[in-house]
Amino acid sequence: MSWDATDFAILRALSADATLSAGALGRDLGLSQPATWRRIKRLQDEGVLAGRRVDLDAEALGFGVTVFLGVKLATKGRVSLEDFERAVTAIPEVQTVQHVLGLYDYRLRVVARDLSDFERVLRRRVMTLPGVGDVEANVLLSEERLAGLL
Amino acid sequence: MLDDADRRLLRYLQSDPTAPVSELAERCAMQPATAARRLEKLSAKGILKGQYAVIDWAKLGFAVEVSLRFTLDKTAPRAFDEFQDAARKIPEVIAIQTFLGRVDLRLSVIARDMAHYQSLYRNQILTLPHIAEVEALMHVATIKTTETLPI
Repeated sequence: MSWDATDFAILRALSADATLSAGALGRDLGLSQPATWRRIKRLQDEGVLAGRRVDLDAEALGFGVTVFLGVKLATKGRVSLEDFERAVTAIPEVQTVQHVLGLYDYRLRVVARDLSDFERVLRRRVMTLPGVGDVEANVLLSEERLAGLL
Repeated sequence: MLDDADRRLLRYLQSDPTAPVSELAERCAMQPATAARRLEKLSAKGILKGQYAVIDWAKLGFAVEVSLRFTLDKTAPRAFDEFQDAARKIPEVIAIQTFLGRVDLRLSVIARDMAHYQSLYRNQILTLPHIAEVEALMHVATIKTTETLPI
Protein backbone atom coordinates (compact mmCIF):
# COMPACT_ATOMS: atom_id res chain seq x y z
CA MET A 1 0.00 0.00 0.00
CA SER A 2 1.41 3.40 -0.88
CA TRP A 3 0.64 6.65 0.85
CA ASP A 4 1.19 10.15 -0.47
CA ALA A 5 1.89 13.53 1.12
CA THR A 6 -1.85 14.23 1.56
CA ASP A 7 -2.30 11.01 3.55
CA PHE A 8 0.63 12.03 5.73
CA ALA A 9 -0.90 15.47 6.23
CA ILE A 10 -4.16 13.83 7.34
CA LEU A 11 -2.26 11.59 9.79
CA ARG A 12 -0.37 14.57 11.14
CA ALA A 13 -3.60 16.51 11.74
CA LEU A 14 -5.43 13.57 13.32
CA SER A 15 -2.52 12.65 15.58
CA ALA A 16 -2.84 16.15 17.03
CA ASP A 17 -6.66 16.21 17.11
CA ALA A 18 -8.62 13.08 16.30
CA THR A 19 -11.97 14.82 16.64
CA LEU A 20 -11.48 16.89 13.45
CA SER A 21 -14.29 16.25 10.96
CA ALA A 22 -13.54 15.26 7.38
CA GLY A 23 -15.02 18.59 6.31
CA ALA A 24 -12.76 20.69 8.53
CA LEU A 25 -9.73 18.60 7.63
CA GLY A 26 -10.51 18.87 3.92
CA ARG A 27 -10.80 22.66 4.12
CA ASP A 28 -7.29 22.86 5.61
CA LEU A 29 -5.87 20.57 2.95
CA GLY A 30 -7.82 21.94 -0.02
CA LEU A 31 -9.79 18.72 -0.49
CA SER A 32 -13.50 18.11 -0.72
CA GLN A 33 -15.25 16.55 2.26
CA PRO A 34 -15.98 13.23 0.43
CA ALA A 35 -12.39 12.96 -0.87
CA THR A 36 -11.02 13.51 2.64
CA TRP A 37 -13.47 11.02 4.08
CA ARG A 38 -12.40 8.38 1.53
CA ARG A 39 -8.75 8.83 2.48
CA ILE A 40 -9.50 8.59 6.21
CA LYS A 41 -11.57 5.47 5.53
CA ARG A 42 -8.71 3.90 3.59
CA LEU A 43 -6.22 4.71 6.37
CA GLN A 44 -8.59 3.07 8.85
CA ASP A 45 -9.26 0.03 6.68
CA GLU A 46 -5.54 -0.57 6.20
CA GLY A 47 -4.99 -0.28 9.94
CA VAL A 48 -2.71 2.76 9.75
CA LEU A 49 -5.19 4.71 11.84
CA ALA A 50 -5.41 2.34 14.78
CA GLY A 51 -8.06 4.02 16.91
CA ARG A 52 -8.08 7.00 19.19
CA ARG A 53 -6.95 7.85 22.63
CA VAL A 54 -8.50 10.28 25.08
CA ASP A 55 -5.90 12.70 26.38
CA LEU A 56 -6.52 13.28 30.08
CA ASP A 57 -4.60 15.29 32.64
CA ALA A 58 -3.47 12.33 34.75
CA GLU A 59 -2.25 14.50 37.59
CA ALA A 60 -5.54 16.37 37.90
CA LEU A 61 -7.28 13.00 38.11
CA GLY A 62 -5.06 11.97 40.99
CA PHE A 63 -2.46 9.92 39.15
CA GLY A 64 0.76 11.65 40.06
CA VAL A 65 3.28 8.97 39.11
CA THR A 66 4.06 7.04 35.95
CA VAL A 67 6.75 4.39 36.22
CA PHE A 68 8.32 2.24 33.52
CA LEU A 69 9.28 -1.22 34.62
CA GLY A 70 11.74 -3.48 32.88
CA VAL A 71 10.83 -7.05 33.80
CA LYS A 72 12.98 -10.09 33.31
CA LEU A 73 11.38 -13.49 33.65
CA ALA A 74 13.17 -15.72 36.14
CA THR A 75 12.34 -19.15 34.95
CA LYS A 76 12.15 -19.08 31.21
CA GLY A 77 10.88 -22.30 29.78
CA ARG A 78 9.06 -23.29 32.94
CA VAL A 79 6.65 -20.40 33.03
CA SER A 80 4.67 -19.82 29.90
CA LEU A 81 4.79 -16.36 28.42
CA GLU A 82 1.02 -16.57 27.98
CA ASP A 83 0.47 -16.97 31.73
CA PHE A 84 2.62 -13.96 32.47
CA GLU A 85 0.99 -11.88 29.75
CA ARG A 86 -2.53 -12.79 30.79
CA ALA A 87 -1.84 -11.89 34.42
CA VAL A 88 0.01 -8.67 33.70
CA THR A 89 -2.57 -7.28 31.29
CA ALA A 90 -5.27 -7.79 33.92
CA ILE A 91 -3.66 -5.27 36.30
CA PRO A 92 -5.60 -2.00 35.87
CA GLU A 93 -2.61 0.19 36.76
CA VAL A 94 -0.57 -1.37 33.94
CA GLN A 95 -1.25 0.76 30.87
CA THR A 96 1.16 -0.76 28.40
CA VAL A 97 2.85 -4.13 28.05
CA GLN A 98 5.50 -4.60 25.42
CA HIS A 99 7.41 -7.77 24.71
CA VAL A 100 11.01 -6.74 24.00
CA LEU A 101 14.37 -8.26 23.17
CA GLY A 102 17.42 -7.13 25.07
CA LEU A 103 18.18 -6.56 28.73
CA TYR A 104 14.54 -7.25 29.69
CA ASP A 105 11.75 -9.44 28.44
CA TYR A 106 8.90 -7.03 29.04
CA ARG A 107 8.48 -3.32 29.36
CA LEU A 108 5.52 -2.08 31.42
CA ARG A 109 4.05 1.35 31.82
CA VAL A 110 2.45 1.67 35.25
CA VAL A 111 0.40 4.55 36.59
CA ALA A 112 -0.18 5.17 40.30
CA ARG A 113 -1.53 7.85 42.63
CA ASP A 114 1.82 8.48 44.32
CA LEU A 115 5.00 6.62 45.21
CA SER A 116 3.47 4.68 48.08
CA ASP A 117 0.58 3.64 45.83
CA PHE A 118 3.18 2.56 43.27
CA GLU A 119 4.93 0.51 45.94
CA ARG A 120 1.64 -1.27 46.62
CA VAL A 121 1.18 -2.07 42.90
CA LEU A 122 4.78 -3.23 42.62
CA ARG A 123 4.71 -5.49 45.69
CA ARG A 124 1.21 -6.87 45.58
CA ARG A 125 0.62 -7.07 41.84
CA VAL A 126 3.83 -7.04 39.84
CA MET A 127 6.23 -8.97 42.10
CA THR A 128 3.59 -11.69 42.49
CA LEU A 129 3.22 -12.29 38.74
CA PRO A 130 4.05 -15.82 37.60
CA GLY A 131 7.70 -16.16 36.63
CA VAL A 132 8.73 -12.59 37.37
CA GLY A 133 12.45 -12.17 38.06
CA ASP A 134 14.54 -9.04 37.97
CA VAL A 135 12.57 -5.77 37.88
CA GLU A 136 13.97 -2.32 37.16
CA ALA A 137 11.94 0.83 37.78
CA ASN A 138 12.37 4.27 36.26
CA VAL A 139 10.04 7.10 37.24
CA LEU A 140 8.81 9.17 34.29
CA LEU A 141 9.63 12.86 34.59
CA SER A 142 8.61 14.18 31.18
CA GLU A 143 7.29 12.85 27.93
CA GLU A 144 6.83 14.23 24.43
CA ARG A 145 5.32 12.59 21.40
CA LEU A 146 6.81 13.64 18.06
CA ALA A 147 5.44 13.35 14.55
CA GLY A 148 8.67 14.04 12.72
CA LEU A 149 8.18 11.51 9.95
CA LEU A 150 4.78 12.90 9.05
CA MET B 1 -13.64 18.99 42.17
CA LEU B 2 -14.46 15.80 40.30
CA ASP B 3 -17.45 13.81 41.39
CA ASP B 4 -18.41 10.22 40.69
CA ALA B 5 -20.51 11.16 37.65
CA ASP B 6 -17.51 12.92 36.05
CA ARG B 7 -15.34 9.90 36.70
CA ARG B 8 -17.92 7.56 35.24
CA LEU B 9 -18.18 9.70 32.11
CA LEU B 10 -14.42 9.76 31.64
CA ARG B 11 -14.19 6.04 32.24
CA TYR B 12 -16.66 5.27 29.46
CA LEU B 13 -15.16 7.87 27.16
CA GLN B 14 -11.73 6.29 27.61
CA SER B 15 -13.02 2.85 26.75
CA ASP B 16 -14.90 4.10 23.66
CA PRO B 17 -13.59 7.50 22.50
CA THR B 18 -15.79 7.64 19.40
CA ALA B 19 -19.05 7.06 21.28
CA PRO B 20 -21.54 9.92 20.78
CA VAL B 21 -22.49 11.96 23.85
CA SER B 22 -26.00 10.49 23.81
CA GLU B 23 -24.59 6.99 24.26
CA LEU B 24 -22.19 8.03 27.02
CA ALA B 25 -25.07 9.74 28.78
CA GLU B 26 -27.20 6.62 28.55
CA ARG B 27 -24.47 4.42 30.00
CA CYS B 28 -23.98 6.84 32.87
CA ALA B 29 -27.74 7.15 33.41
CA MET B 30 -27.86 10.90 32.87
CA GLN B 31 -29.49 13.29 30.44
CA PRO B 32 -27.51 13.94 27.22
CA ALA B 33 -27.52 17.68 27.97
CA THR B 34 -26.07 17.02 31.43
CA ALA B 35 -23.37 14.77 30.00
CA ALA B 36 -22.47 17.36 27.34
CA ARG B 37 -22.30 20.10 29.97
CA ARG B 38 -20.07 18.01 32.23
CA LEU B 39 -17.72 17.12 29.37
CA GLU B 40 -17.53 20.77 28.38
CA LYS B 41 -16.62 21.70 31.96
CA LEU B 42 -13.93 19.01 32.07
CA SER B 43 -12.48 20.39 28.84
CA ALA B 44 -12.57 23.96 30.13
CA LYS B 45 -10.73 22.86 33.29
CA GLY B 46 -8.06 21.20 31.16
CA ILE B 47 -8.73 17.76 32.57
CA LEU B 48 -10.10 16.48 29.25
CA LYS B 49 -7.40 17.70 26.91
CA GLY B 50 -8.73 16.20 23.70
CA GLN B 51 -8.27 13.10 21.60
CA TYR B 52 -5.48 12.01 19.35
CA ALA B 53 -5.29 9.31 16.68
CA VAL B 54 -3.06 6.30 17.23
CA ILE B 55 -0.84 5.56 14.26
CA ASP B 56 0.35 2.03 13.54
CA TRP B 57 3.81 2.71 12.17
CA ALA B 58 4.35 -0.89 11.11
CA LYS B 59 1.37 -0.55 8.74
CA LEU B 60 3.02 2.55 7.29
CA GLY B 61 6.08 0.51 6.45
CA PHE B 62 8.14 1.05 9.59
CA ALA B 63 8.51 -2.52 10.74
CA VAL B 64 11.27 -1.92 13.27
CA GLU B 65 10.73 -0.19 16.60
CA VAL B 66 13.50 0.14 19.14
CA SER B 67 13.60 1.63 22.62
CA LEU B 68 16.95 3.27 23.16
CA ARG B 69 17.79 3.96 26.79
CA PHE B 70 20.50 6.45 27.57
CA THR B 71 22.50 7.54 30.54
CA LEU B 72 24.05 10.93 29.96
CA ASP B 73 27.30 12.49 31.02
CA LYS B 74 25.91 14.74 33.76
CA THR B 75 29.20 16.60 34.23
CA ALA B 76 28.12 18.65 31.20
CA PRO B 77 25.78 21.30 32.65
CA ARG B 78 23.32 21.39 29.74
CA ALA B 79 23.52 17.69 28.84
CA PHE B 80 19.76 17.04 28.97
CA ASP B 81 18.74 20.13 26.98
CA GLU B 82 21.36 19.65 24.30
CA PHE B 83 20.62 15.96 23.94
CA GLN B 84 16.86 16.54 23.70
CA ASP B 85 17.22 19.39 21.21
CA ALA B 86 19.36 17.22 18.95
CA ALA B 87 17.09 14.17 19.32
CA ARG B 88 14.01 16.22 18.32
CA LYS B 89 15.63 16.90 14.96
CA ILE B 90 15.76 13.19 14.04
CA PRO B 91 12.50 12.44 12.19
CA GLU B 92 12.54 8.73 13.12
CA VAL B 93 12.38 9.58 16.83
CA ILE B 94 8.68 9.36 17.74
CA ALA B 95 8.92 9.86 21.51
CA ILE B 96 11.30 11.31 24.07
CA GLN B 97 10.94 10.52 27.77
CA THR B 98 13.07 11.58 30.71
CA PHE B 99 13.37 9.53 33.89
CA LEU B 100 14.44 9.44 37.47
CA GLY B 101 16.27 6.15 37.92
CA ARG B 102 19.10 4.22 36.42
CA VAL B 103 18.12 5.42 32.94
CA ASP B 104 18.11 9.18 32.21
CA LEU B 105 16.33 9.27 28.90
CA ARG B 106 14.56 7.06 26.44
CA LEU B 107 13.96 7.50 22.72
CA SER B 108 11.43 5.53 20.69
CA VAL B 109 12.92 5.08 17.25
CA ILE B 110 11.26 3.58 14.18
CA ALA B 111 12.88 2.31 10.98
CA ARG B 112 11.83 0.60 7.76
CA ASP B 113 14.10 -2.39 8.28
CA MET B 114 17.29 -3.39 10.07
CA ALA B 115 19.54 -1.80 7.45
CA HIS B 116 17.72 1.50 7.86
CA TYR B 117 17.93 1.15 11.64
CA GLN B 118 21.66 0.42 11.50
CA SER B 119 22.45 3.51 9.46
CA LEU B 120 20.20 5.62 11.69
CA TYR B 121 21.88 4.26 14.80
CA ARG B 122 25.41 4.86 13.52
CA ASN B 123 24.95 8.20 11.83
CA GLN B 124 22.35 9.98 13.91
CA ILE B 125 21.89 8.33 17.29
CA LEU B 126 25.48 7.66 18.33
CA THR B 127 26.43 11.19 17.29
CA LEU B 128 23.98 12.74 19.81
CA PRO B 129 25.77 14.82 22.46
CA HIS B 130 26.72 13.76 26.01
CA ILE B 131 25.95 10.03 25.77
CA ALA B 132 27.57 8.00 28.55
CA GLU B 133 25.79 4.71 27.86
CA VAL B 134 23.19 3.31 25.43
CA GLU B 135 21.05 0.20 25.67
CA ALA B 136 18.62 -1.04 23.08
CA LEU B 137 15.38 -2.92 23.56
CA MET B 138 13.90 -4.22 20.33
CA HIS B 139 10.11 -4.37 20.30
CA VAL B 140 8.79 -7.80 19.51
CA ALA B 141 5.10 -7.30 20.22
CA THR B 142 2.74 -4.96 21.97
CA ILE B 143 0.57 -7.01 24.30
CA LYS B 144 -1.47 -4.21 25.81
CA THR B 145 -1.65 -0.55 24.99
CA THR B 146 -4.81 1.01 26.23
CA GLU B 147 -3.07 3.83 28.10
CA THR B 148 -6.31 4.32 29.98
CA LEU B 149 -6.29 5.61 33.54
CA PRO B 150 -7.96 3.39 36.15
CA ILE B 151 -10.34 6.20 37.13
